Amino acid sequence: MPKPVPTEQLIDYLLRGDRLALARAISRVEDDAGAAARIVKAVFAHTGQAHLIGITGAPGTGKSTLVSALVESYRANGDTVGVLAVDPTSPFSGGALLGDRVRMTSHSGDAGVFIRSMATRWGTGGLAKASADALLLLDAAGFDRVLVETVGAGQAEIEIARIADSVVVVEAPGLGDEVQAIKAGLLEIADIFAVNKADRRGAARTVAALEMMLETGGAAAQTVIHHGQRMETGAAESDTEAEDGWSIPVLKTIAVSGGGVAQLRDALDRHREWLGESGARATRERMRLDHMLQTLVQAEMLARMERTLSPGLRSDLVDLMQRRKTDPYSAAADVIKKLSG
Amino acid sequence: MKQSQIRVLIAKPGLDGHDRGAKVIARALRDAGFEVIYTGIRQTPQMIAEAALQEDVDVVGLSILSGAHMTLCPKVVELLHAQGQEDVLVLLGGIIPDEDAAQLKAAGVHAVFGPGTTSTEIIAFIRSAMAGG
Ligand code: B12
Ligand SMILES: Nc1nc2c(ncn2[C@@H]2O[C@H](COP(=O)(O)OP(=O)(O)OP(=O)(O)O)[C@@H](O)[C@H]2O)c(=O)[nH]1
Ligand SMILES: [Mg+2]
Repeated sequence: MPKPVPTEQLIDYLLRGDRLALARAISRVEDDAGAAARIVKAVFAHTGQAHLIGITGAPGTGKSTLVSALVESYRANGDTVGVLAVDPTSPFSGGALLGDRVRMTSHSGDAGVFIRSMATRWGTGGLAKASADALLLLDAAGFDRVLVETVGAGQAEIEIARIADSVVVVEAPGLGDEVQAIKAGLLEIADIFAVNKADRRGAARTVAALEMMLETGGAAAQTVIHHGQRMETGAAESDTEAEDGWSIPVLKTIAVSGGGVAQLRDALDRHREWLGESGARATRERMRLDHMLQTLVQAEMLARMERTLSPGLRSDLVDLMQRRKTDPYSAAADVIKKLSG
Repeated sequence: MKQSQIRVLIAKPGLDGHDRGAKVIARALRDAGFEVIYTGIRQTPQMIAEAALQEDVDVVGLSILSGAHMTLCPKVVELLHAQGQEDVLVLLGGIIPDEDAAQLKAAGVHAVFGPGTTSTEIIAFIRSAMAGG
């Protein structure tokens, strides 16, 4: 493929399975909102086939190593795999050190695997703004499974639940009270728990703690958050049924040796089957698309405000607010009237 | 002229375990605002070229202190060109004798940086190359 190719041609190459075109298309959706729109428009009809799997959990629990082991397991089954590995952008320099790939070097030379690192840039929730678009590209490029590793997550990094079909939360023994710490956030988004580093002391205790949490507070918490997300899409009635019938497994894995990884792959297959049979897959996809719609409209409204509202006019409005001649709500209503007029 | 975020791959080809320099450079480039993909030690030229492709990097930085640069570097350059990445900037650091450096530059390595190079020099070089200079 020659270098400076127009976006239209890039899309052509991408859909024909050209790996350099895929790589460059991902860069373009990261760098340029206009190109992102053109690329996603062109590939969207080809998406919706891949099983989108999120891998999240606290820093250092072994997410990257586990992703690599899962890739190997899927490859042994003949499935092709795309990986998106997200690491944080430094808020000071805007640069990033993307190190997940160090744990994934064993798939080199395998044309059925494509691994891409991505910096969060100004995205929130443990992902980049371009993550969702990059997943669409990997999906359109025809990978059977697409794995996303989030940044090392605490309790606020739950954005992954919006973009994945299945979410694996990775835990490791010996992190003390950290199981308590994730209760508020990650527990609610887990479809599967992997207690990794099961070769270490304390794995059984971590498993037991998680299972207890799922039997007691956890299950209730899960319904609440799913209600919360569902309500955003305006379909509050149908919430409980869709999530019925899936009990969250807690599995032990040893990512460094591949121990328990086949069981994790099987659990992911069962989850995907359940998603299809229960209708949850469609519900989650609707949530995802609804969220994308909202994000894009928000971004466009913001851009339009920047374009339409002269700095002088904007500053005048702030002056009026400061002198209590108007209030923030009325000022905003004013601006919105200008934008739509 | 590149407007978007500059992406750099830092890799250590061959069996060389001296990774201090590579890590120092990776961090310095991160702090200068680049997105740096670090692949770690023991990479074959094939692995490096493949990572450069999947990551769509603008710069490939190799670090070699073992003396194997004359076989490893031209191979990486050759693979990059064969896969359509002729435009990638290839940098080399480590223990490289001057006469080897000259030969490697003829083989497509854009610049060679030896011990004692400051990160400021390296950053300035990359910025100027990306600006088309
Ligand atoms: C520290 C050191 C070690 C440490 C390494 C620790 C580590 N994890 O890195 C240890 C003790 C493990 C070690 C082991 C060995 N070492 Co040793 N080691 C050194 C020493 C003293 C310093 C290297 C260093 O870390 N420098 C500091 C860093 C910051 O500098 P740097 O790597 O040169 O990087 C700078 C530039 O080169 C450049 N740069 C480097 N990489 C890159 C990449 C890019 C993209 C860019 C832009 C710039 C750039 O920028 C950096 C900043 O200025 C050198 C001697 C020397 N003066 O260089 C010998 C040296 C490299 N080692 C040598 C040898 C022989 C060995 C051993 C084989 C010894 C043995 N017989 O066991 C082993 C092999 C280990 C292995 N697996 O490969 C020889 C190599 C000889 C050769 N090239 O022919 C040297 C040159 C010593 C000598 N004079 O004989 N070593
Ligand atoms: N003992 C043991 N160590 C493991 C296991 N899995 C991973 N590790 C080690 O744990 C460390 C961290 O592994 P990573 O895969 O980088 O963890 P991560 O969660 O991706 O880390 P971040 O991306 O930085 O959040 C590495 O040293 C791994 O070798 C395991 O099953 N057992
Ligand atoms: Mg990781």
